[in-house]
Amino acid sequence: MNTEHINVSRRDFLIRSTALGAGFSLGLYLPWATGRTFAADGLAQASAAEVPEVNAWVVIEPDDTVIIRIARSEMGQGTLTGLAQLVAEELECDWSKITTEYPTPGQSLARDRIWGSFSTGGSQGIRSSHLYVRKGGAVARHMLIEAASNQWGVPMAECLAANSVITHVPSGTTTTYGKVAAAAAQLFPPEHVALKDPKDWKIIGQPVKRLDTLDKLNGKQVFGADLKLPGMLNAAIKACPVFGGTLRSFDEAKVRKLPGVRAVVRVEDYAVAVVAETWWQAKTALDALPITWDRGANVKVSSASIAQMLDEGLRSNDEVFVGNEQGDAKKAVLGAAKTVEATYAYPYQNHATMEPMNATARWTRERCEVWCPTQNGEAALEATAAAAGLPIAKCEVYKLHLGGGFGRRGAIHDFVTQAVAIAKQLPGIPIKLLWSREEDMTHGHYHPVTHCRLVGGLDDKGNLTGLHVRISGQSILASVKPSWWRGGVDTIAFQGFHADGDHAISYTVPNLLVEHAMRNPPVPPGFWRGVNINHNAIYMECFVDELAHAAGKDPLEFRRQLMADHPKSLAVLNAVAEKAGWGKPAADGVHRGLAVVKTFGSHVAACAEVSVDDQGKLTIHRIVAATDPGYAVNPQQIEAQVEGSFVYGLSALLYGECTVKDGAVEQQNFNDYPSMLINEMPKVEVIVMPSGGFWGGIGEPTIAVAAPAVLNAIFAATGKRIRRFPLKHVELRPV
Amino acid sequence: MAKLKINGKVVDIEVDGATPLLWVLREQLGLTGTKYSCGIGACGACTVHINGEAVRSCMVPVATLNASQEVVTIEGLSVDNTHPVQRAWAELDVPQCGYCQPGMIMTAAALLKDNPNPSDADIDAKVTNICRCGTFNRVRRGIHLAADINRRGRS
Repeated sequence: MNTEHINVSRRDFLIRSTALGAGFSLGLYLPWATGRTFAADGLAQASAAEVPEVNAWVVIEPDDTVIIRIARSEMGQGTLTGLAQLVAEELECDWSKITTEYPTPGQSLARDRIWGSFSTGGSQGIRSSHLYVRKGGAVARHMLIEAASNQWGVPMAECLAANSVITHVPSGTTTTYGKVAAAAAQLFPPEHVALKDPKDWKIIGQPVKRLDTLDKLNGKQVFGADLKLPGMLNAAIKACPVFGGTLRSFDEAKVRKLPGVRAVVRVEDYAVAVVAETWWQAKTALDALPITWDRGANVKVSSASIAQMLDEGLRSNDEVFVGNEQGDAKKAVLGAAKTVEATYAYPYQNHATMEPMNATARWTRERCEVWCPTQNGEAALEATAAAAGLPIAKCEVYKLHLGGGFGRRGAIHDFVTQAVAIAKQLPGIPIKLLWSREEDMTHGHYHPVTHCRLVGGLDDKGNLTGLHVRISGQSILASVKPSWWRGGVDTIAFQGFHADGDHAISYTVPNLLVEHAMRNPPVPPGFWRGVNINHNAIYMECFVDELAHAAGKDPLEFRRQLMADHPKSLAVLNAVAEKAGWGKPAADGVHRGLAVVKTFGSHVAACAEVSVDDQGKLTIHRIVAATDPGYAVNPQQIEAQVEGSFVYGLSALLYGECTVKDGAVEQQNFNDYPSMLINEMPKVEVIVMPSGGFWGGIGEPTIAVAAPAVLNAIFAATGKRIRRFPLKHVELRPV
Repeated sequence: MAKLKINGKVVDIEVDGATPLLWVLREQLGLTGTKYSCGIGACGACTVHINGEAVRSCMVPVATLNASQEVVTIEGLSVDNTHPVQRAWAELDVPQCGYCQPGMIMTAAALLKDNPNPSDADIDAKVTNICRCGTFNRVRRGIHLAADINRRGRS
């Protein structure tokens, strides 16, 4: 072994981490806090075998077990498996020996963010990290081969690696990754490695099984809500039901002697929590606690007052931003042979993750640790440090599996802030805060509310000459990410309407004007799976259908005429039309509808088949969906995401609505905020058609086409244009 | 004080009788596979078997139970994921986030016990669990596959 090759970057790391002080006493081998050693008992421990990493992404144990480190969060979308496939492809390791672990955000910060972003949202998991994680695998492979060639005293070029075995080709001598990993860890990483040509991929593109299924079948998977730490107490919380309201007082004496109760504490200025031995005791006492709220300035806000605010935005010139402008849409519409106009509205919706919000925190004057399900470990760490009043280097976050994320657990960590605020009042004691479903339903960061007026102009041949889209409503960025907010314009409000990029409009409209009148009611918005494409795709794709019918044209043909310059979007549209049998008769009483968008970098389309019976009962029979994500890492998981996105999107269409009364959300639980069930689930046929050359997202794109395809099919079935949601309010019975 | 039979073992538990079985399982017995999600019997994440019936454990005060009733949780469904529903679920990669799946699996297992060859309509009638990830089509295929596995096991 060439002992001169000491890894300088690792030595630098040791020096730097020492300089960080008492909070970071990291040695050469980092104490891993997740995966194998964490899930068993929920405690952070040093890895059982202190094996040196080959590089930041890869650890190989003497028995050839390959540990791949995953910075993004698994919340059901399969990113854990997909990212492991990317590393494994370049590593040339034995897929059957792979396991994964989460590095912690504190470790990443101490190493100059060696694992890159931890953010798991915007369907970014794979598409924004594929390059550096594949490189991580390739670098590790190179070092392993180099270590073997050093041991054998042969040129590296004579050695090959496959399936975790390194072979010296001329002699036929072999060794395994596990045998040379310790030596490889001492080598310099190569400066340049070549990544494989996609045509040579063996693991990327394969429908391999998920790596996280088995523990989800027997209760072993530890979610945030399941964590148990020694000496831990449990907390239940109530925040002021009115947004912006505060806590005035509570009568602690009434509950202090109830079984198990250990403390009743104020949480920031707006909430109160009961801490007890068990969560059930904490919740029981909290329900019995007399609380007085100062309901504040928003107490008169209602769904009606919000609707009024948004309607004003459809007509006003104040706070109006332009997202896309081509030609002169207003003039084109004025001069059109035929004008079509429609106004749509989309309600607030809750994420309603199956696992309610939760976090466990332990605070002392020296250190604060948090265990939580999060879509962004670094954002959770930031929230931890801010709430703890400690430098970030004295804080750490251990990520646990999420019982659903959908955007709720990414940008906003109110549950972490609260858990730390409680733990700070009980120093040294781990406190697990778990929200009740009612708390979760009424203190969301909701899918934003918008209204939209669209005016389109057709010439005497039925061609679209101009389109003016005015969206009025809430900006997510204004509230959640002001730093992304460019010059007052919320660019993501225009998802699906951009001139180019990941969320570009799929049509060429000669005269186009898309505007956003920003109107921000005092209900907190958040990123909700699909974000603004959910309503924007309904507005655009249903209105295109309206235009097609006004023009007397087939909705497929009408779209095709506008898509000559959008071949990839056209290809997915054609694929669903063909597979669904567009233009051919459907079964008796069954009608079809189409939708197509480009969003999160992928091209997606759907054709829905529905029927509406004499009583107005809607049945969604079948949806054919096509996705071109550029590269498809795991087709069977893409299929699962497409099906799942339809459940989320169609639940929203059928039932999803949070109404506001007296400044508070009215819905409390799944009885008044229902979700679709298996009996409403259509047959889904998934077409995965990767055309190569780009990396698009998977978790979100198809959610956008579910609702408009179904709505257009309902129009075909009933002649009714539905422009207010959810459908539970709409009478579909033929008149 | 309650005496219960959980996964074949009789246990004595010091707990207020009004406490739902769900929370006794999770907090007194450490059986956290059974999940809390709604607390009002609406979602099915807390489904366990009581004498072979699928029951939403958040709605069962522990005082209504005694040691003559067989309570089975996801942890007690099989040793080593060998129940036909677990085998089918593994084969089809049914779970996404997995949080609702213990309840979904317990519901499916109870359905198959009563009805070894359920039709799609039977599944629609009996599986009323909420899954926000949207695993329904694989759940349906999983139940049919588990029925097949059962049949193959018998023949």
